[in-house]
Amino acid sequence: MADALLELNDVVRTFDVSPPWLDRVLARKPRTLLDAVAGVTFSIASGETLGLVGESGCGKSTVARVIVGLYAPTRGTVTFGGVLLDAGGSPTPAQRAARRQMQMIFQDPYASLNPRWRVADIVGEPILALTPDIAKAELEARVAALLTHVGLAAADGPRYPHQFSGGQRQRISIARALSSEPRFLVCDEPTSALDVSVQAQVLNLMRDLQRRLGLTYLFISHNLAVVHHIADRVGVMYLGRIVELAPTRELFARPQHPYTRMLLAAVPDLELTGTSRTAVAGEVPNPLEPPPGCAFHPRCPYADDRCRSESPQLFPCPGGGAVACHAVAEGRLAAAPAFDRS
Amino acid sequence: MTTPAAVAEVADPTATTAGALLRVERLRVEFPTRHRTLVAVQDISFSIAPGEVLGVVGESGAGKSQTGAAIIGLIDPPGRIAAGEIRLGGRRIDDLPPHEMRKVRGREIGAIFQDPLTSLNPLYTIGRQLTETIATHLPVTAGEARDRAVALLEEVGIQGAARRFDHFPHQFSGGMRQRVVIALALAANPRLIVADEPTTALDVSIQAQIIQLLKRLAREHHTAVMLITHDMGVIAETADRVAVMYAGRIVEIGPVEAVIHRPAHPYTVGLMGSIPSIAAERERLAQIDGAMPRLDAIPAGCAFHPRCPQAVARCRSDRPELADIGSTRAACWVAQHATG
Repeated sequence: MADALLELNDVVRTFDVSPPWLDRVLARKPRTLLDAVAGVTFSIASGETLGLVGESGCGKSTVARVIVGLYAPTRGTVTFGGVLLDAGGSPTPAQRAARRQMQMIFQDPYASLNPRWRVADIVGEPILALTPDIAKAELEARVAALLTHVGLAAADGPRYPHQFSGGQRQRISIARALSSEPRFLVCDEPTSALDVSVQAQVLNLMRDLQRRLGLTYLFISHNLAVVHHIADRVGVMYLGRIVELAPTRELFARPQHPYTRMLLAAVPDLELTGTSRTAVAGEVPNPLEPPPGCAFHPRCPYADDRCRSESPQLFPCPGGGAVACHAVAEGRLAAAPAFDRS
Repeated sequence: MTTPAAVAEVADPTATTAGALLRVERLRVEFPTRHRTLVAVQDISFSIAPGEVLGVVGESGAGKSQTGAAIIGLIDPPGRIAAGEIRLGGRRIDDLPPHEMRKVRGREIGAIFQDPLTSLNPLYTIGRQLTETIATHLPVTAGEARDRAVALLEEVGIQGAARRFDHFPHQFSGGMRQRVVIALALAANPRLIVADEPTTALDVSIQAQIIQLLKRLAREHHTAVMLITHDMGVIAETADRVAVMYAGRIVEIGPVEAVIHRPAHPYTVGLMGSIPSIAAERERLAQIDGAMPRLDAIPAGCAFHPRCPQAVARCRSDRPELADIGSTRAACWVAQHATG
């Protein structure tokens, strides 16, 4: 993509989860390595929202943390605005400037705000860090503007986080993330800890801010309905890999990968009162011992010998998406959705 | 699964007179604090018939979990049932002494909680936990208890139940642990299951499996189920009837299809509109401004009036009671006025 703001190229992140050295030597066991992210490639265009969905342990939060630099990628590259991040060594001025343009919003608004700091200090800290010699009056004015931006009042500045509800705290997190005037926000399950009516408030706010400030979002969630609502494109992750990546409408109307079809069929939906979901057998395998070939094959009804031995790569399909599935590639799988949700 | 003969003897003949197994009348749960008494649940009445699934929805702090806790007799002190009564099969259970209630709990009421890891003892094998529960409540020998435990594990869909019998909780995945918890709740073949957010900690594909399991059990065993959740989607496909709670009260109750598609109470309307759906494309989600009031600041009149787009003068002063509106019952002056 020509105007890609963020590009991930074959990013791998491996964690060493070995038992302590002595135990390992006594038991004569090799190191245990866990590929939380096993080769992820995607790009996000400026002003776009990319949704990333998947079940617990699929590596979606690790992708978020690699992007914002909380983890260094084990292999592969992350490029932001044409600047290669994490090239090793101390960051160059261009890398520092690129990093400043991205911020992160976390899931738990109770854990991500310092309980001993006043809201004005929480929101003002990034501004002070970037422009240490800012005048006090100007700082106060900017904090007040940010608070009103996210639907709080300037008078909320001197209060502490515990005086706010969960939804209001998430607004404070958003104000803090916006205070360094970023272009790109990584949102890791930003509404999962909130009640539905409050979730609606925060999702509406995020959409308004995107329109007003031209923001780009990576929106991570396990909730398909939320991603359907907010994202322009959606990537589906399974065991460290993206198995399908497609424009939102396409993905929900014509899911290709058997795992995507399974996820969609499993979503409870208000429109489906009385109908029962297609329950899917099996669970996500242990990521320490990922199955050979396609990681989904033990749960896949269409798996054959090739699926059990050869790992599929993403290939483009009609409709603008891409899917990593031998069965789809070989036409073994009917292109029509496995269920009807009209 | 074989039904022990003991169950038939325990069944109270008065249970069938009104068709309801569980009957809650004007229940009030209070938490005395140093400054004042907080009312978590106020004046709640509902009933559940055998084989019926009643969904209870509401946002955090609406009082849905406290209602469940009152029924299983596990309100955390200093909380207490201050008024009202709870009857199970005609027998009053809210005023039972603790040792009597302990017999009812497990034997006649099974409980399933949100976090399967904290519901199981990490130091005992699941087999031991199951056989202990069975032997406590049913007159069986050790061998029979073991057979029943293995049968229960098979029923809730645990593969290789006999082999898994001697495994510890940490050797199970989250979904499998929740199945073990359900097997524990079913151990003595209870007549009522209170499930508080049973699928909230689980991934969506596992959630579907657990929901189907609960539904099948309610149908096959004729067990009444009280399903407490904040997830309207889970309610939509599981429950027969649904009660919507707000600030400690039921604001609307009725058949699930009616409450979801033709809600009468403005809160229910807002709640439904705020849920993103993959079946519909919406530019903006409906938004209820503000937040649910704290327990120490519940407004006079209808507790929802400060957030209600339709509130009139009467809503600010008088509290509405539940009344028939269309096919549901709702506590709302505006809706009641509109229909009659």
